[in-house]
Amino acid sequence: MHVEIGLSHYLALSAIVFCIGVFGMLTRRNGIGVLMSIELMFNAVNITLVAFARYVTPVEITGQVIAAFTIAVAAAEATVALAIVLLIYQHHRGIDVDRINIMKW
Amino acid sequence: MLSHAWIIPLLPLLAMVLIMFVTHRNRTISSALSIAAVGIGFVYSWIIAVDIWTFPAVHRFSIEWLNLGPSMNIPLGIQIDGLTAMMLIVVTTVSLMVQIYSLGYMHGDPRFSRFYAFLSLFTMAMTTLVLADNFFLMFVSWELVGLASYLLIGYYFEKQSAADAGKKAFITTRLGDLGFIVGLLMLYTACGTLAFDGVFGAVESGTLGGGYLAAAAVFLFMGAIGKSAQVPLHVWLPDAMEGPTPVSALIHAATMVVAGVYLVARSMTIFMAAESAAMLVAWIGIITSVMAAGIGLVQNDIKRVLAYSTVSQLGYMIMALGLGGFTAGTFHLMTHAFFKALLFLAAGSVIHAVHTNDIREMGGLFPKMKTTATTFFIAAFAIAGIFPLSGFWSKDEIVAATLGHPIFTALTLLVAFMTAFYMFRLCFLVFTGKPRDQHKFDHAHESPRSMTMPLVFLAVLSVISGWIGLPWLTHGFSSVVYHGHPHHAEFHLNLALIATSAGLAGIGLAYLMYYKRSLSPERIGAALPGVYRTLLNKYYVDEAYDVLFIRPYYAMCRGWFWFDQNIVDGLVNGTGAFALGWGRFQRWFDETFVDGAVNGIGRVTRGFGLVVRHVQTGQMQNYAFIIFAALVVMWLLR
Repeated sequence: MHVEIGLSHYLALSAIVFCIGVFGMLTRRNGIGVLMSIELMFNAVNITLVAFARYVTPVEITGQVIAAFTIAVAAAEATVALAIVLLIYQHHRGIDVDRINIMKW
Repeated sequence: MLSHAWIIPLLPLLAMVLIMFVTHRNRTISSALSIAAVGIGFVYSWIIAVDIWTFPAVHRFSIEWLNLGPSMNIPLGIQIDGLTAMMLIVVTTVSLMVQIYSLGYMHGDPRFSRFYAFLSLFTMAMTTLVLADNFFLMFVSWELVGLASYLLIGYYFEKQSAADAGKKAFITTRLGDLGFIVGLLMLYTACGTLAFDGVFGAVESGTLGGGYLAAAAVFLFMGAIGKSAQVPLHVWLPDAMEGPTPVSALIHAATMVVAGVYLVARSMTIFMAAESAAMLVAWIGIITSVMAAGIGLVQNDIKRVLAYSTVSQLGYMIMALGLGGFTAGTFHLMTHAFFKALLFLAAGSVIHAVHTNDIREMGGLFPKMKTTATTFFIAAFAIAGIFPLSGFWSKDEIVAATLGHPIFTALTLLVAFMTAFYMFRLCFLVFTGKPRDQHKFDHAHESPRSMTMPLVFLAVLSVISGWIGLPWLTHGFSSVVYHGHPHHAEFHLNLALIATSAGLAGIGLAYLMYYKRSLSPERIGAALPGVYRTLLNKYYVDEAYDVLFIRPYYAMCRGWFWFDQNIVDGLVNGTGAFALGWGRFQRWFDETFVDGAVNGIGRVTRGFGLVVRHVQTGQMQNYAFIIFAALVVMWLLR
């Protein structure tokens, strides 16, 4: 059977990747692992954006432009997050997010 | 001229107020004020008397006083007729004599000014009483007179017996006044007014009559019984002798005690219309007269003898009025006032000289106090009814009034005999014979002029005052002071002889027993020990009252006290204890439930918080999870 790769396949991929990212963000113990999962979520969103741009409005390249923005923003955000993680490491001598709970009651 | 008679009571009132508030410290000015006030009244009274004498009439002047409603109008008014004029003369004359006498007698007393203030109060009240034209004003002044009496009897209030005597007088007369008030209410209810002309008019027109009138009359008379010391309310008068002697002379011989007689005389219309009431009056009068004369036979205190004599003579007057002898009763009132006041003042002079009241410590005083003794003897002859002194004429009239009632006549003559006897017993024991207490005798001396001049003046009056009632006068006492219509006094020669012989017999017996000592008083007393003791102890009336009334009353008071202490206070304290317990309960309730609820809310909140805070783990991933879960839920629900 010859199945054309269409929009829905890309969306499904994006969804799966997004969910993997969410799951990872919520469950990783390692702080860097959480950041990596967040990157996954970003990339999944990018895939969605480009897929819609290619299949729904092939003429305009709005989606791709936004994806480019997103990549830049993601990079900036990753920088800041990593800086925060570094500071946490200096303070706590470890980056186990389960141990960082000083913002509790 | 007569319309200004109201200054007669007004001046003593002013004097009293001034003495009380202004001139208290200055004895001379105080006594001068008081004497001036009564002196002017004295002169004015004589002017009024002459006016009434020449033109007998009834004058009335009144102004509005209390207006308590359309039918309750009580005026302030004066009424002047023959009776009023006579009473004014008596009151002001004796008051003036007593006030002058007191200059000497009360000399050196620390409360001198106060004494004169009280005397002025009394004069004001008594003159108002006789001038009043309505029962209400009369009653008000009646009470004021009682107040003055209380104040003056208890003048030496440091002495327990004097203070007690004052209370006894006031309470006893108050009992009578209770009846008086009831009588007044009865009259007012029936007549709608308390003015004399209104009430007497109602009686004469027949509006007021029968049993109702008789009852009202009896109630009114109860006031007279109290005030004039008739049986059974006579007990206060002898005790009233605790007061200074001028007071005894003024109030308890000549003026206040005759207020009862005056009341009956003034209300003669009422009493003559109620036969039974009048007979009651007459009987009480004669019974009192006999009983008191009996007591007077054996007393050893000079003032007590005179006091009982007063009660007895008042009984004479009351009896005479009850039997219809208006002129007789009032005539005797006048003559008696003069010679009884004289007797008291003279007795005071003697007491002043020997410093004792007990006649057993006196004797042979004649050469030492000639003026006192002479005037005393004159008064004694007058009261014994010896021609031609005043007492002869008035006593004759009284005996005449008893005609038609043989019992009364007999008893009246018996009293005349006893009166003469005890008076001369006094005379002989005090002024003749050998002095029984040499020490006192040596210190005795005649009294100063301020005291002896009134004695002389009153002695003169005791002689001549009866002469305005001489039966041969065309215009005599009975033409001026009368009830119904003026009439001529009659002279009953046989009655006069019998009465005089009764008096002479009394004098004679006293002469034998106390002057010549042919008969021994001790032997007679020993022969009749029961009689003697009964008389000496005043028929044990005071003791009877004590057992019958005073002790049960005190017992009842103790009962009420117990009730108050235990039951009433128990209730009050119990209520307090109950309130206290209730308070405690409320406190427990408040602490347990209310505070518990409030605290419970706090605890619950805290507990809730303790539980809920665990949501805030501080772990970033938990928060992120919640956000996603919420998003999913929202997407599902949409």
